[in-house]
Amino acid sequence: MLLAFDWTQLAQQIVIGLASGGVWATLAVALVLIYRSTGVVNFAQGEMAMFSTFIAWSLVHHGLSYWAAFFLTVAISFVGGVAVERVVIRPVESAPVLTVVIVTLGLFFLVNGAARWIWTPEVRSLPNAFSTRPIDVAGVAFSIQDLGNIGVSLAAVGLLWVFFRFTKLGLASRAAAVNPEASRLLGVRVSWMLALGWGLAAGMGGVSGMLTAPALASFDQNLMQPVLLYAFAGAVLGGIDSPLGAVVGTMLLGVLVNLVGTYVDWVGTELRLPVALAVILGVLLVRPAGLFGRVSVRRV
Amino acid sequence: MPEALLELEGVEARYGPVQALHGISLEVKEGEVVAVLGANGAGKTTTLRAVSGTVRRGGEIVFAGKRISRRSPEAVARLGVAHVPEGRGTLTELSVRENLRLGAYVRRDRAGVREDEQRVLSYFPWLEHRAGQRAGTLSGGEQQMLALARALMLRPRLVLLDEPSLGLAPIVTAEIFRIVGELNEKEGLAVLVVEQNAAFAFEASARAYVLEVGEVAVAGSSDELRRNESVRRSYLGY
Repeated sequence: MLLAFDWTQLAQQIVIGLASGGVWATLAVALVLIYRSTGVVNFAQGEMAMFSTFIAWSLVHHGLSYWAAFFLTVAISFVGGVAVERVVIRPVESAPVLTVVIVTLGLFFLVNGAARWIWTPEVRSLPNAFSTRPIDVAGVAFSIQDLGNIGVSLAAVGLLWVFFRFTKLGLASRAAAVNPEASRLLGVRVSWMLALGWGLAAGMGGVSGMLTAPALASFDQNLMQPVLLYAFAGAVLGGIDSPLGAVVGTMLLGVLVNLVGTYVDWVGTELRLPVALAVILGVLLVRPAGLFGRVSVRRV
Repeated sequence: MPEALLELEGVEARYGPVQALHGISLEVKEGEVVAVLGANGAGKTTTLRAVSGTVRRGGEIVFAGKRISRRSPEAVARLGVAHVPEGRGTLTELSVRENLRLGAYVRRDRAGVREDEQRVLSYFPWLEHRAGQRAGTLSGGEQQMLALARALMLRPRLVLLDEPSLGLAPIVTAEIFRIVGELNEKEGLAVLVVEQNAAFAFEASARAYVLEVGEVAVAGSSDELRRNESVRRSYLGY
């Protein structure tokens, strides 16, 4: 059995895992962004991403190409995210964490309900962003779509990194997340930095949704719920306060879930989500800060 | 007589139900170092916070001819008031360089900012070698100096300095006050400094206000106050 091991299949499955992990990574980075600035996990992140995907579907439905719809949707999502922060989060900005968590839960149902109200139930699908034909790399056939998803996800995360690392505004929003009080004294409009973070997170979520949908024969308003769970599990694995951790964590999780699903017969496709939940539990027990998370030490 | 740069008139402030300032009046003239002294809880820190807008306040606060009693901290900073807060406000996760860069966040004159970078490094040359280091890894004294350096990057018209001596060895405190004195002498920088350590505060300032439970108890020239036995005994406790 060992001799007959199919290395080609292993390589293929790893790439498939990386592709789904990459798509989760964009949503996980959105979670991390909000967590770092607002201090909570935004449970509505997945639903906001779903809403973005439906906007993209409407745009495609009205004749736009996939990529035109893609970039337009990212822009709309950004504005929408800023608006959500201003209207829904701002009033509870200085409220206890639990209050904000409840608000994001409320937002979950609000966005889901709105999407059901606007878009009636019917069979929907998004065209494929990339060719579905396989490509031959060193004798192994990979799907162009998978490689494309990995590329787009990494590009989106990379752009975000460049923004935070190399622009003045990015620097100010990092400062606002670390120490809002001191940042205000430097003239940083902290409250707007929060809104900016929500906008960027919504844009990243949109990317995630628009990469998730084309792979499905059809999708409905529950599209992003499993993705949110995977993203959350991956972010916890990598360290919920670390963007790099979120990317590495979700990619690892993507590979793990896919390999377990492929090689452990009784897991199959049905038990993949529980595998992700087991990872959350395991990480919280063994290393609560995650792979890249910083254990917070307070100097008194 | 130079115009008052900062003027407080009957300023009150409260934290929830607790009133911390009961009508404080004081002023800082252009190019002047003024000290605020008093026991713990006298309202020294709150006085600075009232100016920068980080506490709910009432009364009149005028800076450079503009009423600022209703402005947000961001807006006050944009007028050229650099507040070095209690605990130094170090952005611990960011690098030393990033901390400095944020000091000039509200400025648009790139050339001026570059110039000030050199000027600040001439006062704190060691910062250059530590530029890439995470600010949180600096010692307390270094963080205090970084906070002052960062404040200078705003090219401020007034610096609010909150207890620079807190938790520092006397030799480090002395160094910080020496630099403050030099900045004042060379560049005419106006400073409103709150200080627990009266000796340092009197030495560095031209005038001083002594606070007691949220009110100005005594005011005068630092030399006079330093020599006044009863002020020392009743308010400063040494």
